[in-house]
Amino acid sequence: MASLTQSSVHLEAGAAHLESSAPISLLNLTHNYGDRLALDHLSFEVRPAEIFGLLGPNGSGKTTLFRILSTLMVPTGGSALIQGFDVAHEPNRVRQQIGIVFQARSLDIKLTVGENLKHQGHLYGLKGGTLKRRMEEVLSRVGLLDRIKDTVETLSGGMQRRVELAKGLIHSPSVLLLDEPSTGLDPGARRDVWQYLRMLRDEEGVTILVTTHLMEEAEHCDRLAILNTGKLVALGAPAGLKSEIGGDVVLFETANEQAAAELSVKIANRFIVSPTVLGNTVRLEREQGHKFVTDVVEAFPGLVEGISVAKPSLEDVFIQRTGHRFWTEKEEK
Amino acid sequence: MASVATTASATRILPSRNASLWTAAWTLWEREIVRFYRQKARVIGVIASPLLFWFVLGSGFAHSFRSGATGSDQYLSYFFPGAVVMIVLFTAIFSMMSLIQDRNEGFLLSVMAAPVSRSAIVLGKVLGGATLAAIQGIIFLIFTPLIGVHPGLEAIGISVLAIALISFELTALGFVIAWPMDSPQAFHAIVNLLLLPLWMLSGAIFPASGATGWLRALMRVNPLTYGTDALRNALFPAQKTDFLLSVNLGVTIGFCLLVFAASWAIVNRRTNRPAA
Repeated sequence: MASLTQSSVHLEAGAAHLESSAPISLLNLTHNYGDRLALDHLSFEVRPAEIFGLLGPNGSGKTTLFRILSTLMVPTGGSALIQGFDVAHEPNRVRQQIGIVFQARSLDIKLTVGENLKHQGHLYGLKGGTLKRRMEEVLSRVGLLDRIKDTVETLSGGMQRRVELAKGLIHSPSVLLLDEPSTGLDPGARRDVWQYLRMLRDEEGVTILVTTHLMEEAEHCDRLAILNTGKLVALGAPAGLKSEIGGDVVLFETANEQAAAELSVKIANRFIVSPTVLGNTVRLEREQGHKFVTDVVEAFPGLVEGISVAKPSLEDVFIQRTGHRFWTEKEEK
Repeated sequence: MASVATTASATRILPSRNASLWTAAWTLWEREIVRFYRQKARVIGVIASPLLFWFVLGSGFAHSFRSGATGSDQYLSYFFPGAVVMIVLFTAIFSMMSLIQDRNEGFLLSVMAAPVSRSAIVLGKVLGGATLAAIQGIIFLIFTPLIGVHPGLEAIGISVLAIALISFELTALGFVIAWPMDSPQAFHAIVNLLLLPLWMLSGAIFPASGATGWLRALMRVNPLTYGTDALRNALFPAQKTDFLLSVNLGVTIGFCLLVFAASWAIVNRRTNRPAA
């Protein structure tokens, strides 16, 4: 009852903040460094207690967006709200809500695990018994309570990442931001990190935003925003995005780029589809891919050197939306 | 509607996560100190360098100037406050090299993203460096009997205050210089350019009253002149120095506030560029 009354007070007091209940919402968020546009009118919302992925190749704007959300940089246009607070105008309110795990190490390696957490806790106003209890909670959550007295430099990379996670969680944030959390981790440590993230989502209802350039990592997310050169190219659950691609993904390998172009035109005219040429391969989406393959090979003998038929992946989603490969993005610029 | 209200309240009613200025500054200060004593080489450096410095200087003066009738002892006592200032100067400014390290190691990022007032960040960092510099300067005070000065409580009190203020202003100056830098080499280059003139024109090796023209003007605008002179006031209360103690302390405190404000201003700046 008390909480109800209180919430209505908050509703009135912060009416401007409560246009949406989304933990993170972007509205035409734009950022440019000089004349280079890094974020181009991004608008989307992250729902409560979901693991939301920001997938994109290097240079897609992920890092820029991460910096803006973590209040370390002011966007040049549009707005981003976290729990209703504007990251540009109310940075301290936002900072209270978010926990951040940076891609690079942020721990002081000369201090012990405990000391690192203690200082972090102090910065967030935690003290005394509350802080001590909270330190034990987060450390046992990441399985490192027994290392509390060890200096950070004696820990392995995977353990350090777990301490980073504990550090980001010390003040029980409602939103956790992670920048490329798997960088430099072996598969085991990677699995551990994702297990903790799911636990946080399920048990504490934390909203988690993860940036990544790894397809297999993006698959773990509840929903994804795929970015390319600062633009939102796709938004949705990984399975949903993949199912939007009709049927199978078929690739024909040819001897060279001219052959690929030739094959592409021929297929387009004959089968009334619109294939994409990617270097010396011709790519298209088609129901019953295996049958289609035999038709093509019979129709144009000699042009096809290799064939692959597969269920669509997130990379296929990216290719379909952008017309080019995920990884060659940089070279094409 | 009800569900909107509950979600909103769930995220809004949280324990206060605002650290007070002092808690935040204290915790950052403590980190500097712990980092210091955990690196034994630094501890040895801080304690041994004043001792070594005085040993070399003292014996050098004793032997080289023995024939000179003007009395090397007198100059040695004149030089003493200058020597203290030099020791403090080096430690204070170079301690802010750690700011560049914090930035490169990523620690600074997590501090900048915390809901603490930016002045707490400056205060914690600057007080940490200033503490170490002041400790060195104070260690140096144990040599006063060697120049024939046996300071009383008041003299010690004023000396310690002067050393603390000098340490603070110089560390804050180091902070302002280090903040925009991303490499220790660049910091070194700038500091080296600044350090010697700052010290030599502070009355450390010759008094401002003895200088003329532009040199004298420069010495008068050098804030360090007043710190050095304050130390001289404290150790030689009978001697007439360039300025009054109150003027010296006043100017030094003023400069402390000025550089602190400058540090706060550059840290507080939020721009469209990456912050740290």
